[in-house]
Amino acid sequence: MYGRGLIYEFSGETKAFKAFIERNFNLTKRYWKWELVFFVYTIANSVTIGFIGKGVEFFSGVHVDTNYLILYMLIGSIIWGYLSVLCEIVSETVSRERWEETIEYTFMAPIRRATHLLSMCGYAILYGILRSTLILLIVSIFFDLNLKGANFLSAVIILAIASLSFIGFGIFAAVLPLISPEKGTQAVHIFQSLILMFSGVYYEIQILPIWMQRIAKFSPATYALRGMRMAILKGANIWTLKEEILPLIIIGIIMIPLGTFFFEKMEFLAKKKGALKRSG
Amino acid sequence: MLSYNYPLYAQRINKNFIKNSRIIQALKEINIEIREGEIFGLLGPNGSGKSTLIRVASTLIIPDSGIMTIFGLDVVKDAKSVRRLISRVSVEASFFKKLSPIENLLFTAGIYGLSKSSALRKIFETCEKIGLDRNRLNDPIEEFSRGMQQKVAIARAFLTEPKLLLLDEPTTGLDPRAKKKIQLLILETRKNLNVTILLTTHDMEEAEKLSDYIAIIHEGKIVVSGKPGELKKTVEKRVSNPTFEDVFMEYTGVKFEQVEQEQEEKDNVW
Repeated sequence: MYGRGLIYEFSGETKAFKAFIERNFNLTKRYWKWELVFFVYTIANSVTIGFIGKGVEFFSGVHVDTNYLILYMLIGSIIWGYLSVLCEIVSETVSRERWEETIEYTFMAPIRRATHLLSMCGYAILYGILRSTLILLIVSIFFDLNLKGANFLSAVIILAIASLSFIGFGIFAAVLPLISPEKGTQAVHIFQSLILMFSGVYYEIQILPIWMQRIAKFSPATYALRGMRMAILKGANIWTLKEEILPLIIIGIIMIPLGTFFFEKMEFLAKKKGALKRSG
Repeated sequence: MLSYNYPLYAQRINKNFIKNSRIIQALKEINIEIREGEIFGLLGPNGSGKSTLIRVASTLIIPDSGIMTIFGLDVVKDAKSVRRLISRVSVEASFFKKLSPIENLLFTAGIYGLSKSSALRKIFETCEKIGLDRNRLNDPIEEFSRGMQQKVAIARAFLTEPKLLLLDEPTTGLDPRAKKKIQLLILETRKNLNVTILLTTHDMEEAEKLSDYIAIIHEGKIVVSGKPGELKKTVEKRVSNPTFEDVFMEYTGVKFEQVEQEQEEKDNVW
């Protein structure tokens, strides 16, 4: 009887997981004009950054490895795009539902909060990979990139592990709109832009002031970017990337369960305050 | 399981909110017992505490004190199990407006653990019952009138086969024809699905027409409760052919419209 109950519960949670992913893809489809706007914006941004790399030799007069520089900048732009989409979608678990005025109905569903949060993460990964692959394909048309030495297997592994730690960050960020309906969403964007600044998206973190370098050590983006650059630019084998992989795994293992636990606690608090409603 | 297995049982529920450093007593010592198969009408003006009580039953608000159970399950401790037994229709239809009714309803079915095939069968059955045009099920819901949106909201509530239906002002803002249709549907639902209904409304006529039992809530407190006929009888000594307006005045000391206006003014100040 107990076993049957567990199977029934697992089946229900799996259906809920799929339902969230399907709903989010339906929303993406229905809001396609906005998707197009952000897509074009990201491409223009990435291409511009690539051209900055290409123009360094021209305006500095110093000989540089242009291919290396373009790739260095593009990896920063595309990986940052992927990780921020991941973090943003997960952190929108509350704010989007509130904006659509569906929050009360979704939070009334008889499912575990972990299923709800992890399904948002599942969608974020699928969407992020699709979007970033398309961006990479389009951006590569603009540049004659040499990727002969790249180790793509290492790059994919780094991306997968980095996704986990960013999901953990996203779940923590999702708490902010839950406890503060009015200021939470803005706080998520501040949090996101600070990670961008500290993690060496377009530069090595060694050029930052010491106090910033110390903070950078706690950002998963630091290790994700470094690992990706080593894999793509230097063809690094996965075994030589232990220093990047280990912190990413640790951050993921700690942040996902801790974020879910924290979210549940804050949901309880929001219910006490009466903040789990459509408007702030 | 708790011993009192009413569809809804509330004992000494209190809830305060803090708004701009002011304490608002939303619910004061609320006691309710709803019997199986009953339509329980909760009548009160805007801001009287009706929706807060529905939100407590929906597991969306945790009361400061007191106990509420749904079929014996505590709304705080057994929230997940309670959610499986209830469904809610509120004043606003609350849908993903760019999505179609089918997309919205399939999402609800999914998060309640229903398979796609059985959900689709139920959706078509329900839509036929409530008069929702099948040809429009793939249009974005934002293109629907309020009455149509409310019909989809009712279809959503039936989809999960609840044992307790929480109807929070389901006819507010509807035109008379749509209102009448929804009211008929509520009566049919109780009859055909043997579901217990908690209905909140500020429409006195509606409360009297639909409810087996009525409680009047004013400033967070239940001031009187009983069968509609019994409540009217209590004021017959002072008023001949009393209406529910008279009942309301008798127990709150003020006219319904006056309370509504005062409450709206208070809300604007806060």
